[in-house]
Amino acid sequence: MRLVAIGLLAGLFSALFGVGGGTVVVPLLLLVAHYEERPAMATSLAAVAMISLVGAVTYSLHGEVKPAAAAVVGLPAAAGAVVGTALQQQLANRTLSIAFAALLAALGVRMLV
Amino acid sequence: MWALIAAGCLGGVAGVLAGLFGVGGGILFVPTLTLVLGLSQLHAEATSLLAILPAAFVGAWRQRAYGNVRLRPALVLGVAAIGGVEAGVQIAQLLPGDVLRRLFGVLMLVVAAQIAWRAWRGPAYAS
Repeated sequence: MRLVAIGLLAGLFSALFGVGGGTVVVPLLLLVAHYEERPAMATSLAAVAMISLVGAVTYSLHGEVKPAAAAVVGLPAAAGAVVGTALQQQLANRTLSIAFAALLAALGVRMLV
Repeated sequence: MWALIAAGCLGGVAGVLAGLFGVGGGILFVPTLTLVLGLSQLHAEATSLLAILPAAFVGAWRQRAYGNVRLRPALVLGVAAIGGVEAGVQIAQLLPGDVLRRLFGVLMLVVAAQIAWRAWRGPAYAS
């Protein structure tokens, strides 16, 4: 039930503010569902994969997706994700939390100015 | 040519962030698509959803191998979020976006402080 609420909120915020669902899912999994850092971030990424798939299909039907541009940034990103997930396994929970908090704070500041 | 290389590099960085923190990477994808590749905001937001797919699936697959993914919760989150997106699209047309954006910015700062504080004090985890 709690997960349904978190998912709904993530979808809502991502549609309202154009932020990825992950920036909402990860904090809520950490603070509300009391997940540890790695499961919270891994589970969020799997959920993001599903959400983006549906979003990409929806927008594609409207003809707003540029596949070539998506490949230019998306394929290097897949390689980056392998590096990122491997790096995550090496870092302490506390380091991950504080680095993620810094990323959120930077996003928050960007939305304010 | 340089624009393509720059966009590819930024894409790679977005992928690292996605794998590291479990976020989509749209944070970097959208500005890269608009500023470096010259897409409009709408096209960039739509395209970033396709661009994140390889990283999200590869990252989730790696995380599954590391034993970190909780599959059922991920499914529940994903399905519920799709419902939330539908609701969000309706609401977005009714409310002043600028005010909401600022409120959300403040909310993110509060949440960031809370996560940092919790990490600092040493959290008690649910098993």
